[in-house]
Amino acid sequence: MSEQITPTIPAPLAPKEIYGVVGEFDTPEGLLHAAKAMYAEGYTNIDAMSPFAIHGLEDAIGMKRSPLGYIVFAIGLFGMLNALLLQWWTGAVSYPLVIGGKPLFAFEFSIPVTFELTVLFSSFAAVLGMFALNGLPRFHHPAMHYKNFTGVTDDRFLLVIERTDPLFDAEVARQHLIDQGAVDTELVEA
Amino acid sequence: MSSNINGKQYWRSLDELADSPKFHEWLHREFPENASEMLDGGSRRTMLKLMAASFGLAGLTACRRPVERILPNSLGVEDYIPGKSMFYATAYTQNGFASGLLVECHDGRPTKIEGNPKHPYSLGAASALAQGSLLNLYDPDRAKHVMEGARKATWEEFFKAAKQKLDATGGGAGVRILTESSTSPSLAALKKQVMTKYPQAKWVEYESLNRDEIVGGAQLAFGQPLETHYHFDKAAVVVALDSDFLGIDEPTILPTKQFSKRRRILESSGEMNRLYAAESAYTITGAMADHRLRARTADIGLLASALAKEVGVGGELKVLQGNQPAYAKWVTAVAKDLKAHAGKSIVVAGPKQPAAVHALIHAINKQLGNFGETVTFTKLESSEPHVSGLKTLANEMAGSQVRVLLIIGGNPAYTAPTDLDFGANMKRVDFSAYLGEEVNETAASANWALPKTHFLEAWGDARAMDGTATVMQPMIEPLYEGKPAIEVLALLADLKDKRPYDIVHNYWTEQWSAADRERKWRKALHEGTVEGTAYAEVKPASVAAAPALPAAPEGMEVVFRPSASLYDGRFANNPWLQETPDPITKLVWDNAAMVSPATAKSLNVVNGDVLTIQASGREVSTPVMIQPGHAENSVTVALGYGRTRCGHVGTGVGHNVGVIRTSTAFWYAIGAKVTKTSDSYALVTTQEHFSMEGRPLVLEAGLEEYKKHPEFVKGEGEHQELFSLFEEHKYDKGNQWGMVIDLNTCIGCNACLVACIAENNIPVVGKAGVAKGREMHWIRLDRYYVGNSEDPQLVTQPINCQQCESAPCESVCPVAATIHSPEGLNDMAYNRCIGTRYCANNCPYKVRRFNFLDYHKDLQESTKMVHNPNVTVRMRGVMEKCNYCVQRIQETKIAAHADGRRPIRDGEVLTACQQTCPADAIVFGNILDPNSEVAKRKKQDTHYALLAELNTKPRTTFSAKLRNPNPELA
Amino acid sequence: MADVAYQQDLDALNPPLVLGDQSYGKITRDVSEIIERKTPTEWYIAISISSFFAIILLGMLGYLAFTGIGVWGNNSPVFWAWDITNFVFWIGIGHAGTLISAILFLFRQKWRTSINRAAEAMTLFAVACAGIFPLFHTGRPWRAYWLFPIPNLDLNMWQNFRSPLLWDVFAVSTYGTVSAMFWYVGLVPDLATIRDRAVRDGKPIRALIFGVLALGWRGSVRHWQHYEKAYLILAGLSTPLVLSVHTIVSFDFAVSVIPGWHTTIFPPYFVAGAVFSGFAMVMTLMVVSRWALKLKHLVTMKHLENMCKVMLATGSIVGYAYCVEFFTAFFSGNPYERFVFLNRATGPYSWAVITMFTCNVISPQLFWFKKVRTSIPAMFILSIVINIGMWFERFVIIVTSLHRDYLPSSWGYFRPTFVDIFTFIGSVGLFFTLFLLFIRFLPMIAMAEVKGMMAQESMEKQALEQKGAH
Repeated sequence: MSEQITPTIPAPLAPKEIYGVVGEFDTPEGLLHAAKAMYAEGYTNIDAMSPFAIHGLEDAIGMKRSPLGYIVFAIGLFGMLNALLLQWWTGAVSYPLVIGGKPLFAFEFSIPVTFELTVLFSSFAAVLGMFALNGLPRFHHPAMHYKNFTGVTDDRFLLVIERTDPLFDAEVARQHLIDQGAVDTELVEA
Repeated sequence: MSSNINGKQYWRSLDELADSPKFHEWLHREFPENASEMLDGGSRRTMLKLMAASFGLAGLTACRRPVERILPNSLGVEDYIPGKSMFYATAYTQNGFASGLLVECHDGRPTKIEGNPKHPYSLGAASALAQGSLLNLYDPDRAKHVMEGARKATWEEFFKAAKQKLDATGGGAGVRILTESSTSPSLAALKKQVMTKYPQAKWVEYESLNRDEIVGGAQLAFGQPLETHYHFDKAAVVVALDSDFLGIDEPTILPTKQFSKRRRILESSGEMNRLYAAESAYTITGAMADHRLRARTADIGLLASALAKEVGVGGELKVLQGNQPAYAKWVTAVAKDLKAHAGKSIVVAGPKQPAAVHALIHAINKQLGNFGETVTFTKLESSEPHVSGLKTLANEMAGSQVRVLLIIGGNPAYTAPTDLDFGANMKRVDFSAYLGEEVNETAASANWALPKTHFLEAWGDARAMDGTATVMQPMIEPLYEGKPAIEVLALLADLKDKRPYDIVHNYWTEQWSAADRERKWRKALHEGTVEGTAYAEVKPASVAAAPALPAAPEGMEVVFRPSASLYDGRFANNPWLQETPDPITKLVWDNAAMVSPATAKSLNVVNGDVLTIQASGREVSTPVMIQPGHAENSVTVALGYGRTRCGHVGTGVGHNVGVIRTSTAFWYAIGAKVTKTSDSYALVTTQEHFSMEGRPLVLEAGLEEYKKHPEFVKGEGEHQELFSLFEEHKYDKGNQWGMVIDLNTCIGCNACLVACIAENNIPVVGKAGVAKGREMHWIRLDRYYVGNSEDPQLVTQPINCQQCESAPCESVCPVAATIHSPEGLNDMAYNRCIGTRYCANNCPYKVRRFNFLDYHKDLQESTKMVHNPNVTVRMRGVMEKCNYCVQRIQETKIAAHADGRRPIRDGEVLTACQQTCPADAIVFGNILDPNSEVAKRKKQDTHYALLAELNTKPRTTFSAKLRNPNPELA
Repeated sequence: MADVAYQQDLDALNPPLVLGDQSYGKITRDVSEIIERKTPTEWYIAISISSFFAIILLGMLGYLAFTGIGVWGNNSPVFWAWDITNFVFWIGIGHAGTLISAILFLFRQKWRTSINRAAEAMTLFAVACAGIFPLFHTGRPWRAYWLFPIPNLDLNMWQNFRSPLLWDVFAVSTYGTVSAMFWYVGLVPDLATIRDRAVRDGKPIRALIFGVLALGWRGSVRHWQHYEKAYLILAGLSTPLVLSVHTIVSFDFAVSVIPGWHTTIFPPYFVAGAVFSGFAMVMTLMVVSRWALKLKHLVTMKHLENMCKVMLATGSIVGYAYCVEFFTAFFSGNPYERFVFLNRATGPYSWAVITMFTCNVISPQLFWFKKVRTSIPAMFILSIVINIGMWFERFVIIVTSLHRDYLPSSWGYFRPTFVDIFTFIGSVGLFFTLFLLFIRFLPMIAMAEVKGMMAQESMEKQALEQKGAH
């Protein structure tokens, strides 16, 4: 595709109904470059969509680091305590039995189960936490109104300036995107 | 396949696994006509009725009141507490001789046989056979109804028919009555009356394992039949010439009790007896021997005469040919030892040896001055020779001179010498009736087959070898239509007393003054012995000069011996005993021709190859089993197998070697021809590897060595000092149960094994099961050969659960189904077990047994009656093992608690194996109580734990085996 | 000019992981079309064969559950035989997937991307097959739930946490769960791809199904940020987990007192063996599917060669372990240990030991030769040989140790019954059935990851060219 794109200007929409301006790119490099530029322009509510993770993109649009690590650590610890509690309570409190002349509870033989449960809890935390942080499952999202959205999981790269951005102005934003080499842009309804 | 997984196959052959058409055809052919009988609801209802009825009986016999009618239990019975077991005295007879029993009954069902401590010939122990006989009572294949041929008839019809026939004979001409050996005084009395009524009738006794030669020996030596009593507890030196006096050759277990008394040695200062044995095939006596000489059964006579010469018996004596130097050396040493212990020695010969040898034995004992010391004599009830008696009868039958034949007990059609062709000859008798417990070969050849009561069902009496009489009382109403011999005779001869109770009761009470009749009677029932019935000792004036011995020609001999499990075949339909391994070969569900490794090599056979044995012009095919320590040029075969009619379990199991046993070559045949055939046969044993692989399992030492180093066991199985990762549980409170097994006295007789089966409801898995290594016995007797493979020594080690304090099995059970009780027992929670089998893998002693299949699924209702109600019947898929008879421990604890929370006395709890051990080799009790026997044994210097280096801290431990070799033969 | 030459050497050293001139779109198409196109007949043939055996498995298990363990050849002393052998065998195979996704991910091994999806799927299916055996080897499977710490009213009892078998329960179930989550997380972006293609091509049902499965994934940078983090954490957790699982499985033996089992070398030895067998199985599957599904450009010779190298390494570790075991046995001076190993070499089961040794120690050594490493038939055959060998390894460890332990009186011999044999074959059938379903209905190559990897490579290339230009 070449540069000769004449963007169609839609009938003006009431501000509320707008999701944002989407610019479409061909390559991850293009997207990355554009994202950096837009951030430099002072845009803060930028979103980008791509078929795969593009390294450096999140920094490019100034996102905070993911808190997932802390969540997992906390839950993992909780799992470990649970495991120890389970083995101690069942063995030494609820139904004490002399087995093989060994103590009712000992750390030596509690290690494997404790480890496994710690891992189990942490993994659940990681996966569920990730979806929660991503607000998934969410089966509809305004971005899906973009005509070419289905390409985003294939080979399309989108950059969105959201309406909520303080500097948001549909025309300006779109012009910026075009300047950054967007092959196509569109004002997407909410 | 399905038939082998539902557990039913236990009485079948390996064919069933293959499920071959051959097997199917066999199955249908061998089914007894009335086998289907037990499947219909009818007999089950009767069973319940009888059970209910027998509550009353049990209760009333408890207060020693004779009961001949059925009482509804609703009336309530004095002394009877539901669920509480009761013990009644009676006796088990073998060769007619009584050993006293106490039979445990639960709610009117006999469930366990123990020895009667008050009886002189059982002293509290019972043999494997005596205990196994319990299961015969509940055998679903028992003779249940009067049958005339294939027609179901009634007693009335029989008596009507029989009386006609008898009366037709007038004085009883051509009337013959054939019984087993019997010492029953009341039967003897009846016999007199019958004979007076029918003077021309003849009364014949026949046992296939008879004592003709022993009796004949006494006749030769003393000119009169005398019963010889050996007092092994008084003998320092015992020489057993082809005599398994610790095993199957003795009708009672008294000799074992006496022998082990002299064998037991608790500290290094102790003394112990010395046993020499000369025999062809290994017996448990040979296994106990300090010096065992392999000799053909036919050569034993030679040894006896050589021995006689050495000890200075005068007379015409054979000397050893130069070709037996080993014999000569042995004989001189033994003779020397005997002379050194004159008056304190015993020379004994077995029933297989000819009368002449026995006469010689008497001469030797006389010469050694053992008479009156270790050897005494009493009179003998009946001295009629069995074999010749039966032979005459058979000839008469063949000559059609017999018009009425009444066979009481036994199974002559199967056990009679094959040349008498007894079964066929029975057909020539115009009226023959067989009164027996089984539907067997004899029943098949008789016109009338009559059901006989089991000895636990009927009144009767019997004498012990010393004459002491026991009144046998019924424990349960007859399960079927059976009648005891005395009743049938009384009814036939139409005598005064017809009811068994009256016959026995009146016989005895009439001998007592009217005053204390009933008291004495009740006492007799209670004690299990009738006081003052023992014979007076007879002191034989002189011993005739030793007679000439029959020559013992060279060549292959075939020796017939009783089966350790089936005796003469009477237990063939008894699954407990079928699955009781032979004490030496560990063979189950089969017999085999035993030969020495050298003979096997010369025949070029391996275990399981089928041999054809030709002897006395007949031949039999039987699989071979190589038996280290067996004499050369000798084949030993066990009788009692290959039954053609005895019920589901035993029919067609093993090979009937009786077909080459003739009245002339009754115990052994010389000049046999043994040839290898191309077939082979699956022999199944409970143990496949007989070497200890140099591992310190059975620790053994010579007496002298032991006296030098009393601590010798410490040296064995060395290991570094043991420590544990954890602070271990302290077992320092209450009762802490422990067991010590004395390997020095254990003879490996299987009594404990059968006791355990009966006490703990242990299932039978059948030949196919054992072949897969799935036998369920909670206690097993491990058998190891020590020394060279031609002539090794043998050791036995009973292994039950070792009740480890740090039990490897417990730690690995994921669901805590096996755990430790506060009293140090390694408990199994059957209902928690999910059957991972991890515990069994991790048990170094491999004592855990797994219910691979549902082994109880196809038990007949009648067989279920034998179960001990205090022990769970385990379901499929769970693990089980010895628990020191925890049910007995609990029972005692409850009793102790009931009478004032007193502590349990030492010896108050007896495990089943311990209680019945004829050698008193098992000691059990509280190890925390320093005065308990078990605690003392655990301090003994020969005491050791098996695989101690694993730090499992077993509660079951052992005292090392000792032997007392003669330095001159070492 | 120079830079071109430079680039060629570089390729020789490190051949590209995606061959030919690939665009993101083409990768999407190549992978997605496998599941979009009409089901090929070969697939029907394959699955009918494998599911036939899977049904046999069902039959055998039913028969077993209704009649008892007695239908197997297990006996005393060999209380465990093929049941646990199969369990360890399958669990072992189940190690490659997670290893590839997790450990290679942490080591930034780019080549994993084309094979990790299939490998993870294989892991799941192997674990599923493995799970069957501990469950059904119990005498009373209807009570097997007692293995889990569920408060129960019938006995009010709890589990015994000293038992390695219980550790197993926790290890295996955790491993199964975590691998499943790991796999699913990896799938989500690709599920979204299928969803969107379905929407575009107007396939409402497929769009709906995959729409639900994709949970509304839209590839937003915010998603990717948390996603990458989660993936990293999962990889970090799975790495010790995958090592722990076979370690704990080995404890079943190492913690016992039975000579031949009671060995400290087991954990590393088992893990190496697991990776070894796992890679062999991945190899078997990949070789077939890359050919059948025309993915040679995505699963390249380089991938296969790398796997061969891994097998060579782990195979050698296993061989080393065998030797060390023997040495230790003799060096220890413990007569029982000595006997067990002597008995393995010379006893009634020596045939099994020889098979094991040839397959596991000798055959992988062929991978030293590049010719072998790069010949498809060779590596295919070897991968199967290795799997056979690894099955025998477990058989040897379990059965030869049990059949002759401390007391010679209770020695025995194990023979399998037809039920043993068909249960194992059936489990293989189940495994392949599941795998066939997977390649038919789910993207068997991680598109998002491959694309990401391509993008990275191309960026690196550009950087390189700029450098070269100077």
